[in-house]
Amino acid sequence: MKSNDVILHTLTKVAIFVIFTFAIDLFLSGHHEPGGGFIGGLAIASGIVLFYLSFGSERVSKNLPLNFIKVAASGVAIAVLTGMIGLLSGDPFLTHRIYEVDLLIFGPTEITTALLFDTGVALAVVGTAVHIILTISEDRE
Amino acid sequence: MNNLVVLPIVIPLLTGMLLILFKQYIQLQRTASFLALVGTTLVHCLLLFEIKQSGVQAVQMGSWPAPFGITLATDMFSALLLLTSNVVALICLLFAFHSLSAEIEETYFYSLFLFLITGVNGSFITGDLFNLYVFFEVLLIASYVLVSIGGKKKQLREAMKYVVINVLSSSLFLFAIAYLYSITGTLNLAHLSVRVAQTGQDALITAVSLLLLIVLSIKAGLFLFFWLPGSYSAPPTVIAAVFAALLTKVGIYGIIRMFSLIFYHETHVTHLFIGILAALTMILGGLGASGYGDIKKILTYNVVIGAGFILAGLAAFSPEALNGSIFYLIHDMISKALVFLIGGIVIHLTGTTKLEDMSGLIRTHPALGWMFFITILALAGIPPLSGFIGKVLVTEGTFVSGYYWLGAIGLLASIMILYSLLKIFMNAFWGETILSVEEEKGTTKGLMLPVALLTTLTIVIGIFAQVLVPYVDLATYSLLNPEVYIEAVFSGNPIP
Repeated sequence: MKSNDVILHTLTKVAIFVIFTFAIDLFLSGHHEPGGGFIGGLAIASGIVLFYLSFGSERVSKNLPLNFIKVAASGVAIAVLTGMIGLLSGDPFLTHRIYEVDLLIFGPTEITTALLFDTGVALAVVGTAVHIILTISEDRE
Repeated sequence: MNNLVVLPIVIPLLTGMLLILFKQYIQLQRTASFLALVGTTLVHCLLLFEIKQSGVQAVQMGSWPAPFGITLATDMFSALLLLTSNVVALICLLFAFHSLSAEIEETYFYSLFLFLITGVNGSFITGDLFNLYVFFEVLLIASYVLVSIGGKKKQLREAMKYVVINVLSSSLFLFAIAYLYSITGTLNLAHLSVRVAQTGQDALITAVSLLLLIVLSIKAGLFLFFWLPGSYSAPPTVIAAVFAALLTKVGIYGIIRMFSLIFYHETHVTHLFIGILAALTMILGGLGASGYGDIKKILTYNVVIGAGFILAGLAAFSPEALNGSIFYLIHDMISKALVFLIGGIVIHLTGTTKLEDMSGLIRTHPALGWMFFITILALAGIPPLSGFIGKVLVTEGTFVSGYYWLGAIGLLASIMILYSLLKIFMNAFWGETILSVEEEKGTTKGLMLPVALLTTLTIVIGIFAQVLVPYVDLATYSLLNPEVYIEAVFSGNPIP
């Protein structure tokens, strides 16, 4: 079935930037304000699902050749490994550290190891959510 | 603060996740999962000695002090269970190498197995009620996949039932947690214990504790075991063995922890109720085990009897009885894995689960037959094997606490265990050999080593039980004296 979905395609190409930017903003604001890896990951996943909806799974899989199970697994692995940073320095598991870094454009910025942990969470959420949706949408006849 | 406590969760979780990335490399998967379990076993040995020397070990996640952060804590009771469960899992893994089809091994079997162990270890270690729920879910979700792995029709049917029942009981678990949180304002186990002791265990808290008991009973196979015989007989042998050895034990651990650390004030209500459930479990399980003529059914009903017997010790709630429960718990993990593995081999050889269709295996497989015989004696509680000391102590404990009926039913259940397993022995191993080696449906190649290891363990634990006594005493001491656990968790900080 070939339908005329010019509107959907055009809209997706614009909306995807908004969704991903918003997702990154949610992700980064998570340390002090509402947001974080989980919700950021979900927003990214919704963007990817929008891709799949408007362009079809064949085309997206060709341009985004990711095994989402592996994305989820590496996410959890990153999160656990970040937790181990605490172990190496003799603190309890998951103890996080804060660094002040002077980024050129943004000025002095707090960088925490919790950010790395949240990256892991985000990857795990993206991998799991997209994989579940793709599995359900697969149609075997 | 002792970071060793966190390793039993981190090692299998991390290994399992990394193995997902290397799905096709079966040899790597086998080696890595084996090494991971060897690693956790070593950690548990270290923990055991540290706890013996310096008491309960606790660590606060992310350095947030209890009760605000998440606590992990192991006392001697959980350390003993951790060590036993990981040794059993390690031996079962050896069995898996030689018994699973390549197809199952490639369907993330080793990752799932490690996640199951993560969940089991986490449930034993966590010092927080909500995290107990989370780790239960971790092991349940892994077990959902393991029940249905391979995708046979029977497996899918049983997996469906298994998932529905567990989702239902998990939602009840959440309700119980929510009630408890709204009453006490905390979920840290040590803090809960303090709060309940301060305000007194009134009728409302007792009611919530019974709801929690019902939830954990479904998981432990205590009285509410209707789902168990079906779902434990569906998956491949090694998975069924791990389930029988570990999964119900996690539920039993939860019950013992809750009703010794937190809800120990109204024993004439809660513990009597546990005793009644345990008695009913043993009777019904015994009837099931002696009534069926199908190996898998008989073995799964034996799991149920074991759960009843261990919790009979909790019902009596005296030092001897709890000592007995812990000894029996250790014995039960090992011997249930063993008896399931042997049963699986018999089914593998004969190609049937019906007792009437098999006979005389002892002629062609003498070692297997005699090892099964030793297991029967161990499970029935004949000295000097591992089941003996647990049975004696639990029975003595129930008699001393005045629960004569419970002790008597326990002894009756032992006879039913003996009868049901001897039925397997007489039918499958004794009698005329009807199956020559060439006609067998499978081989025992590589499968005898794990069975022999487990048999050796039951004999060694039985003979050298004396070595274990100080450890088990310490475990009982920390169960009967919650302040030891509480002190370790708060480590001198003021308790809000």
